[in-house]
Amino acid sequence: MNKERKEVLLSPLDKKNPVLVLVLGICSSLAVTAQIKPALVMGISVTVVVAFSNVIISLLRNTIPNRIRIIVQLVVVAALVIIVEQILKAYSYEVWGQLSVYIGLIITNCILMGRLEAFALGNGPWDSFLDGIGNGLGYTIILVIIAFVRELFGSGSLLGFQIIPQSFYDAGYVNNGLMIMPPMALIVVGCIIWVHRSMHKDLQEK
Amino acid sequence: MDKNSNTYTFIYASVMVILVAAALAYVNGALKEKQNKNVEVDKMSQILSSVNIRPAYSEAEAKYNEVITAAYLVNEQGEVVSDNAKEAFAADKTKLAVFEATVDGSKKYIIPLYGAGLWGDIWGYVSLNDDANTIYAASFSHKGETPGLGAEIATEKFQEPFAGKQIFKDGKLLSLAVLKAGAVPDERDYVDAITGGTRTSEGVEKMLKNCLLQYEAFFKNIQAKEEEVSHE
Repeated sequence: MNKERKEVLLSPLDKKNPVLVLVLGICSSLAVTAQIKPALVMGISVTVVVAFSNVIISLLRNTIPNRIRIIVQLVVVAALVIIVEQILKAYSYEVWGQLSVYIGLIITNCILMGRLEAFALGNGPWDSFLDGIGNGLGYTIILVIIAFVRELFGSGSLLGFQIIPQSFYDAGYVNNGLMIMPPMALIVVGCIIWVHRSMHKDLQEK
Repeated sequence: MDKNSNTYTFIYASVMVILVAAALAYVNGALKEKQNKNVEVDKMSQILSSVNIRPAYSEAEAKYNEVITAAYLVNEQGEVVSDNAKEAFAADKTKLAVFEATVDGSKKYIIPLYGAGLWGDIWGYVSLNDDANTIYAASFSHKGETPGLGAEIATEKFQEPFAGKQIFKDGKLLSLAVLKAGAVPDERDYVDAITGGTRTSEGVEKMLKNCLLQYEAFFKNIQAKEEEVSHE
């Protein structure tokens, strides 16, 4: 893999992170991050959908009539999301039940349209695929970090396993109910962006 | 061909829509059977959870066949109208299904419940001891109640207090009250409502009452039989 391709794949994980830098996909990062498991599944689903819709749009990019290109993108994304939902429902029913309405929300995830417009329409299928995977993973990482904080302090567990020992609760420790509420996700995102910006001075706006 | 012409755009859109529709129809058809099976297994584990059995998803079906000993349909007069277990399992809310379970050697009657919460449907199963009066356990599910508020009806914390409550008072079926903190209880047994989930809690109360009342004759028949046995 040459250097440019590596850049396409890896830069969304850090310096071009869709959530931290482009601030896309915030809605779903609030909705599914109360626990790690749904966050992980959401991240993987989004990664799959971005990667494949990127490839499809990239393959079609020279045929798509300019006037209806957004509609074409939406149809491709919606079709892929429905297929992902059907597969989850057939092979991973419990996860499907947990994600329920959020699967539909993948369609409205701004990362998808953002990548299709900004990248897939102007680049080849392989590059687009890498770009999709990179952005999907960048999104997943942030989701999992938020979910880690929220599940640990909100429910005292990680991936459903109890982490904070029972003796703490007996001694009067209480789970932070605010962590479970959506606003806390926004605050955690804010904190992550803060740390991220202070690590990358060039991203700071003057 | 000119990519910006109307003809091209029309043809492009039509072909795209037809292709996508065909692909979706194919996926749906190919996975239908597996999905229906999942829905069934999910229903089985919900029925089981109303007698406090919560098996892993993969074991639900085997456990169901072990615990549920009979399933049948009754009418409003309490007579059994069909003892076909499959029919009873597939019955919707227009029919009165009863499931019999054997838990720790004693018989439980499981009654399906259907109602409405704040945002959408709620449903559940309540199991009664063999006196057809005392609740053994209950489980509730919902389609889309508010997480953290109404959705709490699906948690064990809300469901556990139902155990041991009696639905009959002096030979009359009164069902249960789901009371907000500070409300004055009437003669009915009651459980605590969910703070912030008032409408959903009311929905649970209404659902219990509406559904159980339809089975009143059926319960009374069982109680009469029990009496006979104990008098002999």
